Amino acid sequence: MTARIERPLSPHMQVYRWTLTMALSIVHRATGIALYAGTLLLAWWLIAAASGPTAYSHVQAFTGSIIGRLIVFGYTWALMHHMLSGIRHFVWDLGYGFKANEREALTWGALIGGIVLTVLVWIIAYAIGGGR
Amino acid sequence: MSFDESHGAPKGSSMRTPLGRVRNLGAAHSGTSDFWRQRITGVAMTLLMIPVIVIVMMLLGRNQAGAAQILGSLPIAVILLLFIFASAWHMKIGMQVVIEDYIHNEKLKLISIMLNNFFSIAVALASTYAILKLSSGV
Repeated sequence: MTARIERPLSPHMQVYRWTLTMALSIVHRATGIALYAGTLLLAWWLIAAASGPTAYSHVQAFTGSIIGRLIVFGYTWALMHHMLSGIRHFVWDLGYGFKANEREALTWGALIGGIVLTVLVWIIAYAIGGGR
Repeated sequence: MSFDESHGAPKGSSMRTPLGRVRNLGAAHSGTSDFWRQRITGVAMTLLMIPVIVIVMMLLGRNQAGAAQILGSLPIAVILLLFIFASAWHMKIGMQVVIEDYIHNEKLKLISIMLNNFFSIAVALASTYAILKLSSGV
């Protein structure tokens, strides 16, 4: 190892003026971390379905409770938002949408679209009887 | 050696410059393969999202016997297996990026990356096992 050279570091977040794209970049990461933890719920549900009626009824009791329903609702939003925000990243990866108004529009689209899709999914879920 | 000592290279060390050593490898020391796989799995999950939501909707309000019957059917099992495989890989890469960004202690970073691998593989295998069990009907 060579001796450490004290190079100037780029300043940390707090010196920058907050922008929407910057805030949503953090939200993208935060929803990713939430989804990471949420896979435990998905795995538990599948294992319970494979295990038998008792195990499955535990999952249903949890997802039917207020706290469980809030977690699943939050999970739905994290998934929808992360997906749309990810599509925004694909657009940027392909080299489009870098103008100021375009990146703002894409970011607002991911933010609003994520909420709209989440509400839509839950309305459909309740309409077909998932609320029981 | 004509190396200027003020540049930090001790005598007898490699001729390679610090820039040359890190170029094309990045913080993970493994190049861009993770970046590309992150995109492949992301696109895969985006394509699978509507079928997966439909499957979850089909299961709402059903008891274990009904759920097991739906989950055991071939197209549904395949869609879920693809989704689980893509998400486990995607989340493994994503969490590794977060770890590499925020954990600067080298040992702690390696332990965290190892635990991240264990968690992602365990979730994927447990879910896969459950679906295969439902598909075989035992």
